[in-house]
Amino acid sequence: MPEIISKIDLAPTIKGFEIKAPLVAKKAKPGQFVIVRIDEKGERIPLTLNDWFPEKGTIRIVALEAGLTTKRLNSMKEGDRIANLIGPLGKPAEIGRYGTVVCVGGGVGIACIYPEVRAFKLAGNEVISIIGARTKELLIFEKEIKEFSDEVYITTDDGSYGEKGFVSDVLKRVIEDGRRIDLVVAVGPIPMMRAVAEVTRPYKIKTIVSLNPIMVDGTGMCGSCRIEVGGKTKFVCVDGPEFDAHLVDFDLLTLRNRRYLQEERLALERYGGEK
Amino acid sequence: MMAKIVPKKHPMPEQDPNERIKNFNEVPLGYDERTAIEEAKRCLECKPKEGQKICVDGCPVGVDIPRFIRCIKEGKFDEAIKVIKEKNSLPAICGRVCPYENQCEGFCTLGKKFEPVAIGRLERFVADYERERGYVVKKPEPKGKKVAVVGSGPAGLTVAADLAKLGYGVTIFEALHAPGGVLVYGIPEFRLPKRIVQAEVDYVKALGVEIKTDVVVGKTVTMEELLEEFDAVFVGTGAGLPKFMGVPGENLNGIYSANEFLTRINLMKAYEFPEYHTPIWVGKRVATIGAGNVSMDCARNALRLGAEESIIVYRRSEAEMPARKEEIEHAKEEGVKFMFLTLPKRYLGDEHGWVKKMECIRMKLGEPDASGRRRPVPIPGSEFELEVDTVVVAIGQSPNPLLPRSTPGLKTTKWGTIMVDEEGRTSLERVWAAGDIATGEATVILAMGGGKKAAASIHRYLSGESKWPEDWKPVNA
Ligand SMILES: Cc1cc2nc3c(=O)[nH]c(=O)nc-3n(C[C@H](O)[C@H](O)[C@H](O)COP(=O)(O)OP(=O)(O)OC[C@H]3O[C@@H](n4cnc5c(N)ncnc54)[C@H](O)[C@@H]3O)c2cc1C
Ligand SMILES: Cc1cc2nc3c(=O)[nH]c(=O)nc-3n(C[C@H](O)[C@H](O)[C@H](O)COP(=O)(O)OP(=O)(O)OC[C@H]3O[C@@H](n4cnc5c(N)ncnc54)[C@H](O)[C@@H]3O)c2cc1C
Ligand code: SF4
Ligand code: SF4
Ligand code: FES
Repeated sequence: MPEIISKIDLAPTIKGFEIKAPLVAKKAKPGQFVIVRIDEKGERIPLTLNDWFPEKGTIRIVALEAGLTTKRLNSMKEGDRIANLIGPLGKPAEIGRYGTVVCVGGGVGIACIYPEVRAFKLAGNEVISIIGARTKELLIFEKEIKEFSDEVYITTDDGSYGEKGFVSDVLKRVIEDGRRIDLVVAVGPIPMMRAVAEVTRPYKIKTIVSLNPIMVDGTGMCGSCRIEVGGKTKFVCVDGPEFDAHLVDFDLLTLRNRRYLQEERLALERYGGEK
Repeated sequence: MMAKIVPKKHPMPEQDPNERIKNFNEVPLGYDERTAIEEAKRCLECKPKEGQKICVDGCPVGVDIPRFIRCIKEGKFDEAIKVIKEKNSLPAICGRVCPYENQCEGFCTLGKKFEPVAIGRLERFVADYERERGYVVKKPEPKGKKVAVVGSGPAGLTVAADLAKLGYGVTIFEALHAPGGVLVYGIPEFRLPKRIVQAEVDYVKALGVEIKTDVVVGKTVTMEELLEEFDAVFVGTGAGLPKFMGVPGENLNGIYSANEFLTRINLMKAYEFPEYHTPIWVGKRVATIGAGNVSMDCARNALRLGAEESIIVYRRSEAEMPARKEEIEHAKEEGVKFMFLTLPKRYLGDEHGWVKKMECIRMKLGEPDASGRRRPVPIPGSEFELEVDTVVVAIGQSPNPLLPRSTPGLKTTKWGTIMVDEEGRTSLERVWAAGDIATGEATVILAMGGGKKAAASIHRYLSGESKWPEDWKPVNA
């Protein structure tokens, strides 16, 4: 059973975990994820690979408390073991030399986009990062993002840090400045990714989003993660998780992600939490 | 004088239908010792003439049926299980899920005039007898050669057991967190209790096989890496890709693939939600599309999860249903309804994206098709709406594409199955394949039969008895 080597306290509801997983660490690529099951009774949930250290045989994941499983995960400690960790899953991001790449991260999505920011920079791109959170204390990985970006813009919904507003507003401004942008990559809550898609659509800028549907196996076996892209059904765990933002049916994704709201509430209440 | 022949099988004690739809416990309860001996006495111990086929010829792994039944007759249950295990490492499973009516029992001499000997039930009886008393395993001399097995379904478990018995060092790599393949994620608890699968897996482990779960071959490790570390690789990755019909509205909430529905229930134990954390939602009226074994499993599960009505919707007629007779009967006894000659055309949902109705069209049977069954054709203008709040699409599974797609040089057919020759050898040297990934979706015992053949071929190759063929000819191209 994979052991938690260290825990990082990123924000009150966001924790990072370095976990022993030598095989996964060896194969991990930006944009991929793992499936985690905490214990015998636990659900299988997907979490993006935030970093990996092949020489140490460890990987890092970052979880935002959204419900029962992420709450339980975030209450675990250094030295604890989780029952299962499977990966790396999904197709890696297509890292290449595009020219100027804008990386947009919202909330815990900043942790997810960090390896891509780094990879795009190391591949020789000019990287502009736009990161945002609801409020100052939820803004994570600022230092790491800055290290691999040529420019960084920061927003908070309440204006407690950086500019007040949304990442998509900044993106719009950057585009309207007349800069040549070759690729936009966005990871975050569904409304944010949808807003980014709408900002870039009129300019026909290639835009990639990383989708987060409800999964079970993560290997293409169940179809729980299915969504529609360009009118075609896709399984996010094997065909994605990254897709062309201009073709994604965000309405369907939003509705499908609400499938188990009542059950999720029940599970959390039983555990003593609130949703 | 010959004793009078008992014309019918001794009945299988079963849980009462009204009780069992309230629980997930096994439905058939198993023979006791006395009934098993009485049933065994029905066997004629046939000595077939040249060209005459008997029970053994119908068993894909060739269990010596007359011999094991004679042991039961004599009350030598320990002997009986040894005879079975010469050919079949997973008898407690086969005795429960084999479609024996078409296999061993279909060839039974007694069956020509009367009901055949209940071979499946007898096999189950001795396997359970042994498991309840424990067994001793003797480990063979190690051969010093290593074999990797990808996938822990019946095909993989069989290959692993056969090669371990010959002294090979075998490691199984399984993508999911529990070994067993369809036996753990697909076939429901009330038909095949998971503790029985676990016991069979433990037996395979006791032979010295190492099982590494949570390893997705093609992602966590590659075929190339396996070939570096192991002398041979066996692929038994099954038919795990769910088919959908591609009709409008199929991605609405409340519509599951059979795989998702069954995986949530079986592998993740959603029937014990919220004690177990994976949710499942089942509405009042559940429609299951298709009429195979998988469909029966889904429809019966739906009732146990509280559905008021569980309906099988099938485009052909009753006579063409591919499911086993026993499964259909069990489903009927439990109150599953059947709507024949009906095809869903689209699904309609509410503003929250939940399925509410299913538009169907009536069918009639036309000319026979390639499978010999009469082809269903739609009756124009016969569309009607059926109110539903849960739908399970159980129209079949395609071969699991993950490993073939990530393994250059591994040839597949146009159906996505891995191409193999008559010994299970693939287009890649030192790689074998069998089970559903080679045949397309089939049965537990056929997967085991394919696994046995492949294991024998691997042994011949690794012991130097045969060479890798220079003119490899696939049999399923
Ligand atoms: C490819 C991918 C990568 C992800 N990466 C991260 C990450 O790096 N960090 C992070 O904090 N979150 C990530 N998520 C989201 C994370 O998986 C969910 O927040 C988590 O599963 C919620 O589980 P829960 O029991 O805590 O909450 P619940 O109360 O069960 O659910 C909260 C919400 O999360 C979603 N969800 C529920 N169950 C699942 C499931 N089995 N699979 C996926 N989503 C589910 C639903 O929309 C639900 O409404 C990722 C999701 C995907 C698909
Ligand atoms: C619901 C249901 C009911 C059925 N009922 C019956 C019945 O009553 N009687 C009967 O005879 N047959 C039945 N069948 C069919 C039978 O279960 C299958 O034919 C049989 O299990 C096939 O065995 P297999 O070993 O080829 O593959 P599987 O049992 O499918 O096992 C394949 C295994 O490989 C793993 N795997 C896949 N890809 C990878 C990878 N890349 N890396 C590592 N591991 C991987 C999978 O996770 C899985 O565990 C049923 C099938 C279903 C779905
Ligand atoms: S393995 Fe299956 S086919 Fe063979 S004897 Fe047993 S029940 Fe019959
Ligand atoms: S064919 Fe039937 S009667 Fe004959 S040996 Fe086999 S089980 Fe017995
Ligand atoms: S999570 Fe099961 S198919 Fe994607």
